[in-house]
Order: sequence, then C-alpha cells, then structure tokens
Amino acid sequence: MTVAQRDVKLEARAVSVFYWKMHALHDVSLAIRERRVTALIGPSGCGKSTFLRTLNRMHDLTEGTRVTGDVLLDEENLLDPRVDAALVRRRIGMVFQRPNPFPKSIFENVAFGLRVADEVRGDELVARVEESLRAAALWDEVKDRLEESAFSLSGGQQQRLCIARAVAIRPEVLLMDEPASALDPVATEKIEDLIVELRKRYTIVIVTHSMAEAARVSDEVGFFYSGNLIEWGLSKDVLHSPKKEQTQAYLAGRFG
Amino acid sequence: MRLGTSFGDRLLSVATGGAVTLVLVSLAGMLGAILTRGLPSLSLHFVFGSPGADPAEGGLLPVILGTVACTLLMTVACVPVGVTTAVWLSEYAPRRSPLARVVRSAIRNLAAVPSIVFGLFGLGFFVLFVGGRLDALFYPASSSPTFARPAILWSSLTLAVLTLPVVVVTTEEALRSVPRDIREAAAALGATRLEVVWRVVLPHAKSGILTGVILAVSRGAGEVAPLLFTGVVGWQTHAPSDARDGFMHLGNHVYLLATQAPDIERAEPALYGTVVILLILTFSLNLVAVVLRHRSRAEVRS
Repeated sequence: MTVAQRDVKLEARAVSVFYWKMHALHDVSLAIRERRVTALIGPSGCGKSTFLRTLNRMHDLTEGTRVTGDVLLDEENLLDPRVDAALVRRRIGMVFQRPNPFPKSIFENVAFGLRVADEVRGDELVARVEESLRAAALWDEVKDRLEESAFSLSGGQQQRLCIARAVAIRPEVLLMDEPASALDPVATEKIEDLIVELRKRYTIVIVTHSMAEAARVSDEVGFFYSGNLIEWGLSKDVLHSPKKEQTQAYLAGRFG
Repeated sequence: MRLGTSFGDRLLSVATGGAVTLVLVSLAGMLGAILTRGLPSLSLHFVFGSPGADPAEGGLLPVILGTVACTLLMTVACVPVGVTTAVWLSEYAPRRSPLARVVRSAIRNLAAVPSIVFGLFGLGFFVLFVGGRLDALFYPASSSPTFARPAILWSSLTLAVLTLPVVVVTTEEALRSVPRDIREAAAALGATRLEVVWRVVLPHAKSGILTGVILAVSRGAGEVAPLLFTGVVGWQTHAPSDARDGFMHLGNHVYLLATQAPDIERAEPALYGTVVILLILTFSLNLVAVVLRHRSRAEVRS
C-alpha cells in the first residue's frame, strides 16, 4: 500500500451503485488523500462520474438510484441514512461539467451557499464573496461588475464563478466533474492552474476524460472501466507504467 | 408527380390562408359589432353610477365591484392550493408514485367537467353542506340560514375549484422547465429540498406561474354557470359588503339584460355596453399574461 493511512481524507469502501436494476458501479474501494488531487479517468460510461456523485450523496436526488457500501469522511460514514445529505454537501463541494450559474448577479451566485446556511451577513458576507472570487482567480475580472448577471460572463469565467461559489462555504473536499470539458484551451488552462492552486487548501477529486489533464494536475489516478475501478495509484506510475492490460490499452488509445 | 405536389402545396396554402382569414374576420366582426353598439352607451354614469329602477339606464358600479371581488376571492382561494399541488407533483412526488398518478388524472378529469356541473356541485357542497355545518356551529338557535344560502364566498370557491386544474397544470409545466443543472448546483451547495424549491425553482418559474395564474383567472372571470346557484343575484342596488352577501356579476348581467329586462329593445345599448366592460376586464388580464410570458422568455434567453 503506497497510501499512508493517516492522511486519507475520504475513503470509499465497496461502493456499488444501481440504477433501478442496472448495476452501474461494482464494489469500488478507493482512498483519497488530503490536499492531493485525485483524478478519475476512463472511457465514457465507465462509472467515474457515477462514483464521484456518491461522494457527496448527489444520487439522493435521482429517483431509482441505490448506493451500497461506505464512504468515510474522516472516519464518518456519509452514506448512513441518518446523516443529513445537505450537511454532507456543505463539507464536500462540487463543480459540474457545464458551468451552471444561477440566473442571479455575480455577487448573489457566490453568496448563495452562505445565505442558505445563514453563516455570515452584512460586511462579513461581502468580504467572504471577495475572498472566494479571489480564490477562484476571478476577482480582478469582475470586481467592478458584481451586480451584473452571471450570464454576462464568458464560459470560462462562469466556471470559475462556480468554483468561487463552491469554495465560499469552505468545504473540506472539492469534487469536479470534467470542469474544463465545455471550455476552450485558454479557459481550460486557467482552470487547471486554479486546480493546482486550490490543491494547497483543499482535497480535490476530479473526473476527466483527458489523460494530459490528469497528468498535468493530479497526484493520484484511478482508472475506471465498465463500472469497475481497474487500477489506482500515483499518477506517474499509473499513467506511465500501468500494470493492468485494460489500463494499458486505454492509455495507448486503443479504445475510449 | 411534381405538378401534383405543387398543386397540393398551393391547395394547402389556400386552405391555411382561408382558415386564418376566417379566424381574423370573425374576431374583427364580433369586436366591431360589440364596440360600435357598446361604446356609445359608455358614460361616467353608466360605468361608475349606481343602478336605478330601470336596468337600461345603466349604473354598473356594483356589478363591476361584484365581479372584481368575486375574481379576487377566487384567486386568493385557488392559487395557493394550485401552486402547492403543482410543487408537490413536480418536486416531491416520486415519478412512478400511484398517488401522483391519481392526483394527475383527477386534475385532468376536473378540467373536463362542464361548468354548469360545477355550479350544482357548489350548491350541494359549499352552500348546503359547508354552509349548513357552519350555521349549525355558529347559529344553532336561528331558523333562517346565515351561511347556508348563495353568497359571493361560495361562488368564488366554486370558481376556484373550476380554475384549479389550469393553475396546477401550467404551474407544473413552469416548474418542470427549470433546468436540472441549477437545481443540482443549489443542492451541491448544501441547500435542502425545500430551500432548492424556495430559492431557485420558484423564482426561476415565477413568470411562467404568473402567466398560468392570470390565464386561469381570466377564464374564471368570464364564467357564469358556476355562479347561478351559488351566489349571483339579478338586481340589487349595492355591491356586496360581506362575504355572505349575494352579488351581481357582469357575465350574469349580460344574460339578464338580454333576456329578463322589462323592455329588451330599450336595454340593448346597456347590454352591449356591459359586454364591452366585461371584455375590457378579461382582455386586460390576458394582456398582462402576454407581457409576463414575453418577459419570462427574455429572462431565459439572457
């Protein structure tokens, strides 16, 4: 085991996901280390996004989905039905594939989570919004137009706004579901730089279909194929000298 | 063959053009006939005066107030119930739940019931049953009914049941059109289901819901049949001052002027004037709905 037990932040144990009767994810166990970037890679439909969405109980929102197994955040099982999913999601933030700002102002988008929790008000709220926009490397571009609609931003800016919105409530873990896949190369580079920066403060799990992206931003990699976690470990090991045949085939571009 | 197709095309464009013309001509003809006969009889006294002994002299104020009060009461009664039902159907009920299926088919059937049947239902349920119970509860000693007689309250509630399906269906549609990704965004920020509905879904669907509500209200405002047994009265000199009063209604007034006036020919200008007022009321509600719909489309585009 290459992973030292003490710096594990989030751990999946024998996680399976069913959509109605379809078995979409088989017995996945994976340890995610604190303040590291873990990339989940694999071909479309391999279960990487399905796995990501178990980590913040997103499947609770989809009818007909059943999740078994345990997901431990600092030893606490998040899948326990007695645990409030809304509280889980305050500790584990999420950024989606397509930028999905609310049809509100830039300021209100970032303030949303803070208002929901009623954590801070007044000047403190304003300060927290600024801090979050700075953390998402967006402040300089929007500081004079905070009251404008979030839709007035470009796609890349919208995605950074979504990141600012996610970090505003100070989660411990950030989940990112192909955050750059809808963006052009310049915007993608900014998001990747941001991920490297955010890694200093957050534990990050990112789903990506791009091996190059996984190589650029991640410390560890898990390769998924047809609902199974095939191989995982340090990025340099998995991406350069994979042990399993399926991983080798995928990385060589033979499918996917 | 090509000749045949182009002949078919031509036939189709003639047919569609003809149909459109027919619609426009009948609307223009109807409005023209009503306005040319109705507008001359409109005067300050006719619209804002109180009725005298002769209905042909006009004095519609209590009739207008009765119509507006009835429409407002109906709205207050049906919108909260309708919107709540739609929120449950769209946001809470599991897609395959038998209860949701029963509620949906009940709403569809409710929409298919003829309005005169709602009138009978209103008489049986609201006036006699609910009113009777209230009398037994509050006025056990009295021999004459206080609640158990036709009143504006019961008419409004009957209309509320009639318009309920429109409110539920349009609201549910508006709620369902709220994109899934912003619901997920809100949930991912720790919003509970209620907070997602309250802070994201309802604000986003607001214009669509308002449009549906106004269309339902404007339909309800023009209905007469449900009022017949439940609260509308023919002639009285004042507007209702209590929810338990009878009231006059523009739609019913048109019917009375056309059939029950002492001298029907002399009452004709008043009849058309009343129709104009009723149309102004319902058209302006529709206009508000159109403006709101336009605004909600613009919001979605931005």
